[in-house]
Amino acid sequence: MSTATVSSTDQGFSLLRLWRNKESRSVIIQIITVAVLFAFFAFLISNAATNLERIGKNYNFAFLWEASNYDISQTMIAYTSQSSNFQAMIVGILNTLMVAIFGIITATLLGFFMGVVRLSNNFVANRMVYCVIEFIRNVPVLLHIVLIYGIVVNVLPHPKAAMNLADTFFLSNRGLYFPAPEFGDAFIFVTISFVAGIIGAFLFARHAHKVQDDTGKALPVFWASLGFIIGLPVVVYFISGMPLEWIPATQGKFNLKGGMPLKPEFLALWLALSVYTACFIAEIVRAGIVAIDYGQTEAAHALGISSGRSTQLVIIPQALRVIIPPLTSQYLNLTKNSSLAIAVGYMDIMGTIGGVSLNQTGREMECMTIVLVLYLAMSLMISAFMNWYNSRIKLVER
Amino acid sequence: MIKTISGIAAFAAAAIVSAGVSAGTLDDVKARGELNCIVTTGLTGFAFTDENGRWDGFDASYCRGLAAAVLGSGEKVKFVPTTGKTRFTALNSGEGDALFRNTTITMSRDVDLKLTFLGVNYYDGQGFMVPNSLGVSSAKELDGASVCIQTGTTTELNLADFFRANGISYEPVAIETNEEGQTNYLAGRCDVYTTDASGLAATRATFDDPGAHTVLPEIISKEPLGPAVRQGDDQWADVVRWVLNVVVAAEELGITQANVDKLAKGTDNPSINRVLGTEGNFGELLGLDKDWAVRVIKTMGNYGENFDRNIGPSTAIALQRGLNAQWTDGGLMYSPPVR
Repeated sequence: MSTATVSSTDQGFSLLRLWRNKESRSVIIQIITVAVLFAFFAFLISNAATNLERIGKNYNFAFLWEASNYDISQTMIAYTSQSSNFQAMIVGILNTLMVAIFGIITATLLGFFMGVVRLSNNFVANRMVYCVIEFIRNVPVLLHIVLIYGIVVNVLPHPKAAMNLADTFFLSNRGLYFPAPEFGDAFIFVTISFVAGIIGAFLFARHAHKVQDDTGKALPVFWASLGFIIGLPVVVYFISGMPLEWIPATQGKFNLKGGMPLKPEFLALWLALSVYTACFIAEIVRAGIVAIDYGQTEAAHALGISSGRSTQLVIIPQALRVIIPPLTSQYLNLTKNSSLAIAVGYMDIMGTIGGVSLNQTGREMECMTIVLVLYLAMSLMISAFMNWYNSRIKLVER
Repeated sequence: MIKTISGIAAFAAAAIVSAGVSAGTLDDVKARGELNCIVTTGLTGFAFTDENGRWDGFDASYCRGLAAAVLGSGEKVKFVPTTGKTRFTALNSGEGDALFRNTTITMSRDVDLKLTFLGVNYYDGQGFMVPNSLGVSSAKELDGASVCIQTGTTTELNLADFFRANGISYEPVAIETNEEGQTNYLAGRCDVYTTDASGLAATRATFDDPGAHTVLPEIISKEPLGPAVRQGDDQWADVVRWVLNVVVAAEELGITQANVDKLAKGTDNPSINRVLGTEGNFGELLGLDKDWAVRVIKTMGNYGENFDRNIGPSTAIALQRGLNAQWTDGGLMYSPPVR
């Protein structure tokens, strides 16, 4: 309100007077900042547009529907060189998601394990993990990728002499070959029973919660869930006559044929990203657990809660509150680091739409816009999920 | 949203804002006193750094010849190494003035990528190299093989076409540079390495045991390799085009690195006199001086000398002239007259 008083007593309008006023000055500064920023971006965009026009190029996404004309080695959807650039992009997205999801799962498991070992009283285990973590996380992840790729390609044997486990699993410098599943018609029943099992486990957990609230009796939720989710499908699988066969790869003229291969490019990227990120997660987990005062454990014991359940119900929920926010940024880092795939020729988003499609069509601006939007969308989705999870586990103030 | 826009803008700034690509590349180069010449990251015989770190090779010589024509010295070149993927962006963004990089002339590159191609300096075709131990004698026997392929090249597209046309399958192993392809091929990551036949010969020449590898007989594509410049600067395009032509004309007329100084004093042959500037004013018409061609030939030799010195039968790469012989010898090298 001071502005009003000042200007009402004002003799005449003066810029200097306006500037001397603290409130109006802050408004002026904000307006100038926004205007300068806007002008800067407007300049960049118009400059790009002018330069594009000068060399006679336009900004147009029609190339997405034209045939890509190139082949990709790892495709999760049907794809040939006659498919469109758009389909090539989908292949790239799926490949990025595959390495990101595999990476996040492995990094989390490995990271939690290493984080717990770091807290163990066993001096040797503790120090060993410490050294491993310090070595791995202080070397750029690109080096890990290239190093693992080099080891896979140069050290592992040629497919003709592939390392072989029971004629089922093969490891060579062309990748790790798993047997491929072949589903019989009756397999649909197993799938249905699996879904039913998940629903059953969920309902049982709710029931158990209610029973505990009413009577204080704890039902064996873990074992029941295991029975529902794993046991039920296994039983159905045998009843329906084992409608699933595993077909291992066989030797071909040049390569192993059939099976489910994990290519060296994928292996290198996946392992490097997992191990690298796991080291950061280990430290986050360790910090999270150390952050919980030992008094909490003692308090739980004093209330007669068993050791296992006090970890599960008292320590971990509190530690997670500390762990989740930095963990989210590690997941984001891993996903974005997966674009280093380009170093080993793994065909992810950067390899397909941001690489070969870009080059063969010459649509740099369009392709880079797409890549940017895709990575942004992926990161925002991970953030949104982790924020939702974080708000679920955060301390409820009563 | 702001993030997105700033991202786009930052990229736009990085990719497109160039140090003022003006219409007159010739004037820019003269003012700068240095030619920015786009070459490969390294392909023995064509463009590579020798043990002293000096760029040399069949394509690199053209860069030096062009610099000699424009700036008076073949040393006034800054080489800009690019991969198959980055070369056109480097040219269009103004990072380089001319592209001499084993680049295949295609319609889409000419029309859609907005490049101007100036002619062919090497007629090539795509081939396959395999280790002898595989016992393969034809590319049609390659069903199921892993093939190392440089991404962002026409060979990548030809490869897909060839295997599709023959109804056989393969696993593409994408690589960025020739050196990476060589490493992966020798390590056995792929069974086959495919690129232009000249590139295969050049790569094989660097192996410890070149005799253990065979280039298969099939040539699956036409790969006319030639220099390119940005579209829309006709004066600069003319300069590069006539450097390209004049070395072919020089070979046809018998002008060599050794005798060019003597012939430049004037001869009875008007064709030679026009090339070397003792008759006519073709140099001035081009925006250069009258001795431009003398400097080109003194710097890089005529077409045949450049070929023999870098990739010819007496070198480790041992390519025959073949299609690249003069038209008088049954080849395709044919320069329009300097007249």
